[in-house]
Amino acid sequence: MAIIDSTNAALKRIPVLPLYFVALTPVVWLFYRAFDGALGADPMRVLEHEFGLWSLRFMLAALAVTPLRKYAGLNLIRFRRMLGLSAFYFAIIHLSVYLLLDRQLSWGEIGADLYKRPYIIFGMSAFLLLIPLALTSTDRAVRKLGALTWRKIHRLAYPAAVLMILHYLWLVKSWTTEPLTYAFLTAVILGLRLLDFKRRGNSANKEKPAAIGRPEML
Amino acid sequence: MVFRPAQKILPSEITPKSVYLNRRTLLAGSAGAAIGSIMPSVAHSAGENTRVLQKLETRPSEYSNEDLEPTAKEYITSYNNFYEFGTGKEDPARNAHTLTVKPWSIKIDGLVNKPGEYAYEDLVPAVQEDRIYRFRCVEAWSMVVPWVGFQLSEILDKVEPLGSAKYVAFETLVRPEEMPGQSGLFQALEWPYVEGLRLDEAMHPLTLMATGLYGEELPNQNGAPIRLVVPWKYGFKSIKSIVRITLTEQEPPTSWNIAAPREYGFYSNVNPRVDHPRWSQASERIIGGGLFAKRKPTLRFNGYEEEVGDLYAGMDLTKFY
Repeated sequence: MAIIDSTNAALKRIPVLPLYFVALTPVVWLFYRAFDGALGADPMRVLEHEFGLWSLRFMLAALAVTPLRKYAGLNLIRFRRMLGLSAFYFAIIHLSVYLLLDRQLSWGEIGADLYKRPYIIFGMSAFLLLIPLALTSTDRAVRKLGALTWRKIHRLAYPAAVLMILHYLWLVKSWTTEPLTYAFLTAVILGLRLLDFKRRGNSANKEKPAAIGRPEML
Repeated sequence: MVFRPAQKILPSEITPKSVYLNRRTLLAGSAGAAIGSIMPSVAHSAGENTRVLQKLETRPSEYSNEDLEPTAKEYITSYNNFYEFGTGKEDPARNAHTLTVKPWSIKIDGLVNKPGEYAYEDLVPAVQEDRIYRFRCVEAWSMVVPWVGFQLSEILDKVEPLGSAKYVAFETLVRPEEMPGQSGLFQALEWPYVEGLRLDEAMHPLTLMATGLYGEELPNQNGAPIRLVVPWKYGFKSIKSIVRITLTEQEPPTSWNIAAPREYGFYSNVNPRVDHPRWSQASERIIGGGLFAKRKPTLRFNGYEEEVGDLYAGMDLTKFY
C-alpha cells in the first residue's frame, strides 16, 4: 500500500533521540499545572492518576508495534525502545508520587498496602517486572545476552502489561468508559500476540522450527 | 388588568412536565434573544449555571464545629461525587446546570400518619441553621463544609412516623433528560440512587437536611435543592436532590451496597479501624490543601463519637460496617 510505504519512509527520517524528551513533556506540563493551581481541588490525585495512565499508554504503544507491523505493515520498530523506556520512566514518577505525596513516606501504611491491597501488589509487581526490561534495553545488552535470551527476557512485558491493567481496574469504584477502554485495548494487543504464539507453535510442530533471531525482530 | 386564578394552581397541574421543566430554559432563551443587550446575566446560558443562588436566612447552632476552618467554596463546589452528572469529580460542576430545581417537592410515604407530596416551601423553615461539619468521603479524602440546613427530625415530626417505623429510606431524582449520567451505554449505578438510615440515626440532632452552603442556596452539583448530611458517615450516605422519603419497617436497600455489597454496608460509619476491602481508611487527604497537604489520621465516627457513639452501643462495627 502506497500510504503505508510513504509513512514508513517518512518515519525513517524522524530522529529517535529527541523523542525521549518529547515523551516526557506531560511531566513538565502536569507539574506546571499543579503548581499553578490548575489541577483542581485534589492535584496530587490528578498527578498520580495521570502519570500511571501515561505509563500504561506508553506500554500499550510499545506492545502495539509488532501487531501494527504484522497486520498493517506499519514499521515503528525504531521507536519501540523509546516507548518502552518512557513507560518505565512514567512508572517511576507514578510510584514516586504515591510514596512521597500520597502516602507521604508513612512506611506503616505503605507496608500494609503492600501485603493487603491487591491493586498495590499488582502495580508494584508490574514495576518490578519493568526493571529488568529497562536494564537490558541497550544495544550492548542485546549483544551480550544473545537475541534469543534477550527476547525471552523481554516477554516479561506481557505479564507486566496484564498487571498494569489489573492495577488500574482493581482501583476504580465503578465501571466507566475509560478503564474499560484501556482493558479492551490491552486485551486486543495481547490477544493478537497470543494468536501469533499459538500459530507459530502449531507450525513449528508440523514443519521445521522457524528461523529465529532475525535482528529486525528485536 | 390583573388576572388572578381563584385558587393557587401549580404548574404541574396544568402543564406537561417536560414543558414546565423547560420553561426556565425557554424563558432564558427568548429573553436572551429579545433583550439580551439589556440583560447580560441571562444571555450567556450555554454550559453555564445561570441559576442565581439566593442568600439564606440563618442562625447559629450549638452543633456547628465553629473551630474548624471551612474548605474553600471553590473546591466544595468543583470536587463532587454526583454520578447522575458523571463519574469524574469535575463532571457535576460542569453538567449540573441543566437541573431544574424549582418547582420541587418531596413525596413522603410509608409508615407515617401524614403521607403526601410536600412542596419544598412547606418543609424548609424560613430561618435555618449554620452548621460547619467535617465531611469524609469513603475514597479517603475530606473537607470541612459550612452547610445551611435544618434537622431531619423536623420533617419527621411533621409527618408523624408510626410506631412500627424503624427505618427511613431516601430517593434521589430520576430525570435522564437533565441528568446525563442516567442515560448512555455505561451507567455507573442503578437509578434512582437510594439511601437509608435507622430511625434513631435519622432523628439525631446532627442529622441535617441541607439546602445551602456558605450562606447561600446549594449549587446544583452539591445536591440542590435539598440533600441529606450525616456527618459521622461516609459521604455517599448523604444523598442528594431528594424527591422521596419513605418510613419502613425493614432495612431499606442502599445504592452502593447494591453495587458492591462486600465493600459498602448499610451503616457506613466513618471508622479508621475498618478498612475498605481495597484501600485503607486509617487516614485521609485534605482537599484544598494543595500538592503537599499533610494527610490527617481519620477519626472514629469522623470526630462525632461523643455525640453518636451511643447509637451503636453493643454492636460489632466490623460486622455492621
